[in-house]
Amino acid sequence: MKYYIAYLGLGILFGITLIKSEVASWFRIYEMFQFDSFHMYGVIGSAVVLGIIATFLLKKQKDVKGQSITIKNKPKGFKNYLIGGIIFGLGWALGGACPGPIYALLGSGLLSIVILFLGALLGAFTYGVIKNKLPH
Amino acid sequence: MELIYTPWAWYVAGPIIAFVLFMMIKLGKSFGMSSNLNTICSMAGAGKISNAFKIDWKANLWSLTLIFGVFLGGIIAFYFLQVEAPQISSQSVEKLQTIGFESVNKSFLPEELFSTDALFSLKGFVIILLAGFLVGFGARYAGGCTSGHAISGLSNLQLPSLIAVIGFFIGGLIMVHIIMPLIF
Repeated sequence: MKYYIAYLGLGILFGITLIKSEVASWFRIYEMFQFDSFHMYGVIGSAVVLGIIATFLLKKQKDVKGQSITIKNKPKGFKNYLIGGIIFGLGWALGGACPGPIYALLGSGLLSIVILFLGALLGAFTYGVIKNKLPH
Repeated sequence: MELIYTPWAWYVAGPIIAFVLFMMIKLGKSFGMSSNLNTICSMAGAGKISNAFKIDWKANLWSLTLIFGVFLGGIIAFYFLQVEAPQISSQSVEKLQTIGFESVNKSFLPEELFSTDALFSLKGFVIILLAGFLVGFGARYAGGCTSGHAISGLSNLQLPSLIAVIGFFIGGLIMVHIIMPLIF
């Protein structure tokens, strides 16, 4: 149970950060793809640099339950990552939101974000149905 | 308190996101957002239509708790922490005004796309639904999104994540530089 409070707390912190740092704003995504500002690159870049250090250090440690930390490698592949990535990028720039910020933006109470979220569910569902027919 | 109310700089947000990643790994979990889309499909009964959704969604309760927190965080930010319109670079402001986005620097999200008026036009509705569809479809096809690949995957030096992130950028650049000028 105490772990669930931790997940909830981390989610709240992440959600507030996505909104207050404006990375959940359509305008910031547009600006990023126009290369007009360092903001988004700074957020993602500093998260990755610190993330590399954190991940490296954690691999030698145990998790809270005393088990060794193992981080699964991503399955090998090329086409699925590139094609899926491009499709995702088209949607990310058009809607200005990726699957994390969508939940934070739902907090704004805007109906259009509900539709955006339903679209994302529909997309995930459609992929699940036709994935065996797609190149991977 | 002023620090909480003003927009947060990249060097505040980036380390907080890395902290969330660190804590999730320390808790024995992974940090990724888009897998929840699958979980929610399963909860809604998608397993009856496709085997891809025949999963035990209760095993992902921890992740659903995380995204419920993200939703709560959004409510807290929007209603209690004075969210203002992002003030973006003047070059981007000019480019957006050229294609008719007058709400730039005046609103958190563009009114031209996200207002109720825009949503109730055929074009506006299709754009929002399609954008969501592409995000959901693409994220599951690529096996992750900005959090799963760009943050978690790159932090673990995963080549597949680098390929996916390059894909995100190819798609984003095509949308902003080629498709948007055609549709707006």
